[in-house]
Order: sequence, then structure tokens, then C-alpha cells
Amino acid sequence: MISSLNLQLLDLQFLADGILAGAMIGLGAIGVTLTYAILRFSNFAHGEFVSFGAYATLLGSSLLGAIAGGFTEPIGPFSFGWGVVLAGLVGMLLTGGLALALDLVLFRHLRHKAGSITVVIASFGASMALRSAIEFIFTSRPAYFSRELQIAMPLGLGVKITPDQLLLIVIAALLVTLMHLLLTRTRIGRSMRAVSENPALARVVGVDVASIVRVTWITGAALACAAGIMVGILVQIRPHMGFDLLLPFFAAAILGGIGSVPGALIGGLVVGIAEASAVQTIGAEWRGAIAFLILIAVLLVRPTGIFGKPA
Amino acid sequence: MTGESPILAVSDLVAGYDPGVAIVKGATLRVAEREIVVVLGPNGAGKSTLIKAIAGLVPISSGEVRLDGQEITRLAAHLMVRHGLAFVPQTENVFALMSIEDNLQLAGAILAPRLKAERIEATYALFPDLARQRRLAAGRLSGGQRQMLAVARALMVSPRLLMLDEPSAGLSPKLVEIVFAKLADIRRSGVTIVLVEQNARAALAIADRAYVLAEGRNAHEGKAAELWGDPAVAQLYLGGIRAAPQGGRP
Repeated sequence: MISSLNLQLLDLQFLADGILAGAMIGLGAIGVTLTYAILRFSNFAHGEFVSFGAYATLLGSSLLGAIAGGFTEPIGPFSFGWGVVLAGLVGMLLTGGLALALDLVLFRHLRHKAGSITVVIASFGASMALRSAIEFIFTSRPAYFSRELQIAMPLGLGVKITPDQLLLIVIAALLVTLMHLLLTRTRIGRSMRAVSENPALARVVGVDVASIVRVTWITGAALACAAGIMVGILVQIRPHMGFDLLLPFFAAAILGGIGSVPGALIGGLVVGIAEASAVQTIGAEWRGAIAFLILIAVLLVRPTGIFGKPA
Repeated sequence: MTGESPILAVSDLVAGYDPGVAIVKGATLRVAEREIVVVLGPNGAGKSTLIKAIAGLVPISSGEVRLDGQEITRLAAHLMVRHGLAFVPQTENVFALMSIEDNLQLAGAILAPRLKAERIEATYALFPDLARQRRLAAGRLSGGQRQMLAVARALMVSPRLLMLDEPSAGLSPKLVEIVFAKLADIRRSGVTIVLVEQNARAALAIADRAYVLAEGRNAHEGKAAELWGDPAVAQLYLGGIRAAPQGGRP
């Protein structure tokens, strides 16, 4: 009994699982945090960008597979083929396009006329409509990019990780670094920060706010698509996959501080690791409550988040 | 003003935030090259709305704005700097969360990279206070330094016309003096300046001419010195406005 408890305490697998989940949450949270910082509303449809991206990639990789079987051949030690990689890149563009289209037909009109609550509710409606449309087209049966089985490699200290998991952590880290560099080192990034802080002044100094809004939608949605593909590779593809991640996204974005890209990633990691440790210590049924608890705790203790600047 | 063609010509401008609710109800300005022109008037006269409408930030319902002969009425605000018009808003006129350097980088974004780098260095030479703390978030600057950064930011694009909305707001008399002296320097370098001010005394001291706005329309205009001496104008629009000491004064 005692020895098994010790083993339990020493089991660091939850850390690996948590970091992995956290990386995906972080990628999604970047979109949430950018949309909030620049467009000033909580986009509840962001979860559907995740699902849409995953299904678009699934469709694309299936098409590629039908054209040439080589696309489905697994790459090296990984479970998926080049079809998923290529379709994923197209999927990111398509998800960006979906976000732009949604802004064009829905959000843009409300942004100028109505209060931010109206826009939030509209995004909730868009979320339901998109989710239902995805479910209608693809059914609620889970889908997979590949049926290949992955053998986990021991990393020491009882931690095991599959090649897919390792690769996706590296890709997530790369995407977040790129986003961070984009925001801090480039003209577009400076313009995005400017619009986030003071849209009127941004116009005065020559920033085309409308184009920055478009860039924000595209980057946020593309990262959501990347998160969706990762969930699809590691778990499965379901119409509700994005919606189920929405609360963790918001918890991560708020924990990290609205508008902060590194904050969104760190927030994502905290939420992911907390969820994974809860699964191990309290029980899997409590997993969903963790993001909610973190969200409440942050709002009570430090509403501006870790990297947030006081208003 | 002499007979030469004005750099800024505003004719019968009607503007306001909400359609149908005009705040500026027919204002006219003529500003010649290298002039400093101040727009005065009591609170609510529409001075600020007028300057924002010229800058493209407030919808214009009728009238015309010409910059160096070219019509810029209703031109999108973000295109104004490309036409040589730079604007310094009254409040929140720097990006407080961004560093001084990033504020200048952003302002120079429309320039070619080499020119931008040159201008940034030139700006630091002109404002040594800013050069010493390039990495500091602009929000941590003092009120005077912040105003200087806002002006420096506007000058990054070498504008032909610099417009400022109440540059003296919130500054101590000493700082007002420094900022206005800087504006006089800037004019000497060839930039035309239009400013809106409550602080008539400080503004008229550096201005060539002034317009007095009342209820959204031109009420008076004339040479700065004459306007200051005109008892009717002083009584109606200039006196009393700054008579009560403002916060931050000794």
C-alpha cells in the first residue's frame, strides 16, 4: 500500500501529459487572447475554429490519400503521412478564411453598432451553428487521421512519450516562438499591439486598423487549426472537440494576461498540467472542473493575469 | 494671412460624432506655410472636434478640407500621415504599454527602413531625454516627457502640417513653457502648426494668428497679438478659461 502510494507520487507521467495538453490549450488560447485584445470581445466561436481546422485537414488528407496512396504512408516514426502535413497547411489557411468570413457577415456589423456583449452572444450563436453544421456533415462519430499505433518511448523517471507527442510539443513551441517574434519584432506585431492598446491613436500614427483586424483573425484561426490537428493526431476528431476546449482556452488566456502571447502559452501549460495532475490524483471526472477553478481563482486573486498589465 | 495659397484650407466644415448632431457647424480656417495658428474658444465650442475631423477621426457631413491644395476631406485617418498631416491628440497620445523606441518605430513604419532609422536617431538627437531611456515603457514617462514623445512621434514622418489638441493640458506652467518653446523651434524647421488650446495666454505667445470658435462656428479671427489685446474677445472667450488654477500647479 505504502509502496504503491510512493510510486504514485513519483509518477511524473502527468507532467508529460499535462505539457502536451497545455501546448494545445496554449495554441488555442493565443487566438482567444488576440481576439480579445484587438477586437475587444470574447469569441466563443474560437473552439469551432479548432474543430473546423481538424475536419478541413481530415478532408484534405483523405482527398490527397485518394489521389495518391503515398500521402497516407506514415512519415518515419510518426503515425501520420505527408497528406496530413500538406492538408494541415491548407487547413490553417481555410480556417483563417472562415474567421474572416464570419467577421465579414457577422461580427463586423455588430462591432460598430452594438455593445461587446452583443458580439459575444453572436459568437455564441456562431459557435452553435458551426458545431451543428460540422456534426451534420461529418456525423458525431469520432474520426482519426491515422489508425497507426504508436509505441511510447521511455524518457526515464517513469515518463513515456510517443514520437507524435514529442514532435507536436516541438511544433507548438515553434509556433508560439514565431508568434512572439511576430508581435515583438515586426511592423505588423507593433501595429497589432498598438491597435490593442489604443485603436484611435493607432489610426493617427498610420496603422490601417481594418487590415490589422484581418491579420488577427487569420493568425488566431490558423493557430486554432494547428491545435485542432494536434488534438486530432493525439486523441480523435469530434465535432465537439473545440467547444470542449473553450473553457481551458479562456482560463489560459486570462491566467496569462489578456493580450500576452507568452502568457497564453504559460497559462495553457498551467491549465494542462493542473488537469493532468487532477486526473491522476482526484479522478478523471474532475478534469473539466479544473480549468473552471483556475479561472475563478485567477479572477479573484489577480484579474490581470500573470503577464497582464494593470488597466 | 497673405495672398499665397494656404497649406491648410478648411471651408464651412460641419462635423460630429453622430449623424445629424453637428458639433462643428461651419468652421473655416486658412493656414499659410510656416504659420502657427491657434484655435481658441470656450469649452464645448467644438475646437477639439474640429481638429479631429480634419485628422479624419470625426465624420464630416459637409464642407471641405484641403491640404496643400489636395482635397483630404473624409480621407481615412490612417492615410493622413502619408499626406503629410500629423496629429497629436490631447490625451493618451502615446502607446503607454510600448517602449519609447517602439512608439517611434511604429510612427516610422510608413518610411523606408534606412530613412526610418535615420529619423529615429535624429529624433533622439532632438529629444535627448527620450534617447536615454529608449527601452522604457512610454507610460512610465512624466507628463512633460510624454508630451515630448507624442510630438517626436508625430515629427517622425516629417509632416508638412502638425496639429496638436491642447498640448498644454495637464502640464505645469513650467512644462507648458518648454513644450511651447519646442513648438516654436519646430516651426522654425519649416513645419506649419495648428493647435487647439484652452491656455490662450501660452498659445497666443507663440502663435501668429488665432481663430476663436463659439458654438461650432468662427466667432473671431486675427493676429495673435491683436486678439489678446481685444477686450471683447478676452472677456468673452479668453478670460476666465484658465483663471481658476488647475491641478498640478504650484
